[in-house]
Formats: sequence, structure tokens, C-alpha cells
Amino acid sequence: MLTRRIIPCLDVRDGKVVKGVRFRDHVEMGDIVDLAGRYRDEGADELVFYDITASPQGRSVDRDWVARVARVIDIPFCVAGGIRSVEDARAVLHAGADKVSVNSPALERPELVNELADAFGVQCVVVGVDSLRDDDGEWHVRQYTGDPTKTRALARRALSWVSEVQERGAGEIVLNCMGSDGVRAGYDIEQLRAARAICKVPLIASGGAGTPEHFRDVFREADVDGALAASVFHSGSIAIPQLKKYLADEAIAIRP
Amino acid sequence: MPKVVLIDAGGTNIGSVRYALERLGVDAPLSSDAAEIRAASHVILPGVGAAAPGMARLRETGLVDVVCSLTQPVLGVCLGMQLLFEHSEESDTPCLGLIPARLRLFAKDDGLRVPHMGWNALNPLRQHPLLDGIDAGAFAYFVHSYAAPVGDWTLASCDYGGAFSAVVQHRNFHGAQFHPERSAAVGARLLQNFIAL
Repeated sequence: MLTRRIIPCLDVRDGKVVKGVRFRDHVEMGDIVDLAGRYRDEGADELVFYDITASPQGRSVDRDWVARVARVIDIPFCVAGGIRSVEDARAVLHAGADKVSVNSPALERPELVNELADAFGVQCVVVGVDSLRDDDGEWHVRQYTGDPTKTRALARRALSWVSEVQERGAGEIVLNCMGSDGVRAGYDIEQLRAARAICKVPLIASGGAGTPEHFRDVFREADVDGALAASVFHSGSIAIPQLKKYLADEAIAIRP
Repeated sequence: MPKVVLIDAGGTNIGSVRYALERLGVDAPLSSDAAEIRAASHVILPGVGAAAPGMARLRETGLVDVVCSLTQPVLGVCLGMQLLFEHSEESDTPCLGLIPARLRLFAKDDGLRVPHMGWNALNPLRQHPLLDGIDAGAFAYFVHSYAAPVGDWTLASCDYGGAFSAVVQHRNFHGAQFHPERSAAVGARLLQNFIAL
């Protein structure tokens, strides 16, 4: 049986892992390769690295650490951050990443998703969607969320963007629910369920994990394929082996 | 000491497979040179991407006949395994024809999410040194949209909307649909078993 994935997310700034609250106020958490190795040893199913400064600064992700991670790590990992072209993606994939995730650049130029899928196959192409509920009650997409001074609210509705990127060739979607991110009050089940209903490719929940029950609930109630979290893992408040045991006991399909 | 060579078929996981072999103490050069490939003790055909560009790349580098005529152990990984078969439904692509079956797209209308992505359990169907130390239910990491049916060539199957071939062997040609380079201890064991063949 295909198992649900537990995915620690490492936000990377200037070659270090950082974590902020509600995408702000970043604090250094440690060295990339050290943390990646720790999560691999603890049973993480996959890792995601977001270079959070790359997109707002209009530069591509620095490639050196990708190869360092690929050398050491024997579980899949995805790299995000400022990938604006097939060439950018090729460099990261050839350095050893298994997937690339595009977010702001895909909003600038949606054809990028098609180009990446044509060049590397849909299985390499993840689209990250940053979403926040606005006063009209709808979830709308945010762009350049790595830098709060540059973050833009777009008129584009998150769910219509989820549909569009699938048609363009996204092989996986990570939905970052910004309203719940960093506050550890649980994943945004309502929004994730709405996305699940229209998502035919793997869907990864992001934003809000605080307790093991939150993981159980998002798998059970929103039927997502993976759950991504950062601060609860970095701080040690949830240990991956105990989390996986808890989920297995709760009858969630999980890799021991 | 085995002399392992990786065939450069343009896949993006070549680096990862090379690093995985490095972790096992094997330095495997990347080659598109027919003589170097023929002289290797073990040949690995990695691959990520689509079947048609993968086959095109093998034709451009003149390696189709070379691969088909190899007699030493050969291991195809992911797309590399798929290319060993007769045909892929992906862009209606004729492949190398070394294993007598055809690859089909997972049926999306069954509510299956495609690609099949994540850790899934292996179900060994017959004994083979390639599976030494890999028990029933061992988890491996898969990412693919097309799959080979189960047949005489299947060493281990996996289930996703029905059984498909996860590890195959036919004559000296072997394959893993999953990514051994990204399947932690299970993947390392499969690679180690392969270079011991």
C-alpha cells in the first residue's frame, strides 16, 4: 500500500536552515546537510528545501549545497526557490535533486510549468501554492512570500490555480496555507479538502502542524498524500519516529 | 572489484545513482562509449523523464545495439527499466524489446492519483540474488506514471490500483521501477546485490 509521507521542510537562507513564524522573522536553525542527515536517520520520507530568499531577489537557487545533500542523503528531496527556467531546473536536478518546486516564477509565467514537464516529465515538477483567505471569503494566491516586504496578494484564486497547474503538467502540488502556518494550531483542513476534491495528482499539506493529532487529522479528513512541517521538527517538539508510530497506531498507512 | 559503468541516457538521476554507488564504495564512471560499456562488469541504465526522449538519446549516442548485445549484468532504474521492455504507451514509444511486455499508463479513472509517488511495499514473487535481504513488505520509493505488468520477468511486484512489476529480471537484464538511490537501506541493498551478481 502506498504510504502517506512525512516531509520536513527546511527553509534555506544564505546556505543555512531558518524558520520564521507566519513566513516572517527568520531564525537560524542549523547547517543544511546536518539537519538533512538527522531527518533521514529519523525516518523522514522526503525532504523539501525552500530557498526563501531566491525568488524575491530575482536570483536562482545556489547549487553547491544541492550536490552536498545529494551525496549524503538516500531519500528523495525537492528543491524550491527562484527556479525560473528549464536551465535553472536542469542545474538543480543534475546536482542531484529529485524534484523542483516552482511557486512565484510560475505565477509570473505559467508556461514555465509546461516547459518543465516537457523537459523532465511531470514527476519532477512540483508547484507550490501559497494561499490566504481574504475578506471576500475566498482563498487567494500570494507571491514572493519569502520576503514579507515583497509579498504580493494576487487576484488569482488558489483553487483555480491548483486546477490550472495540473493541466499544465504539475506532478505534485504543495498547498501552503499561510493563515495557519507557523502557529501550530493544525492544518487548514477546510482548504485542503477543497483542494483535494479537484487535485488528481499527489497533494501535500503545508502550514499549521503542532501535534501528532494534526497529522492524523489532515491524512484522515483531507486525504492528502503527504504532510509537510518545519518548526515542530526543528524544535524537537515532535520527533519523527514517535510521530510515525502514533500514525501507524491510528491506522494511517505509514512507512515504519 | 566490479567495474561498474553508468550509461548516459540523459536522465536527471544519473548524479544520484552515482552518489548511491559511491556510498557503497564503488566509483562508477558515466559513459556513452561503446567499448567502455562493453568492458564493464556491470552496466546501469539510470533514467528519469519520458520514454521517447530516453530512446532518442540512446539512438543518438548509437547505444541501442550496444545495450541489446550486452551479456554482463545490466540494471535499468525507473525509466531505464522501462526502456528494457518492448513498448511504452507513453507517446507510443517502441523501446529496446529485451523483456517481452508493454508499459501502460496507470488508470486515472479509477481515482488513482498519477504519478504514483511515494513509498510503497515490495512483494517478492520469486527468489533471486538481486532480492537478497529484501523482505516482503520492504518499502521503496516510487515516482512514475507508466508501469509494466506482472509476468515471468517479475521478481517483485508492488500494488497501486493492481499489481505491477517493481523489480524485474530476464536473462542478464534486470530492472527496478523504484529508485534504489532514493530508497534508503532497501535501495542500497538492491544496488549492493546487483554489483555482487
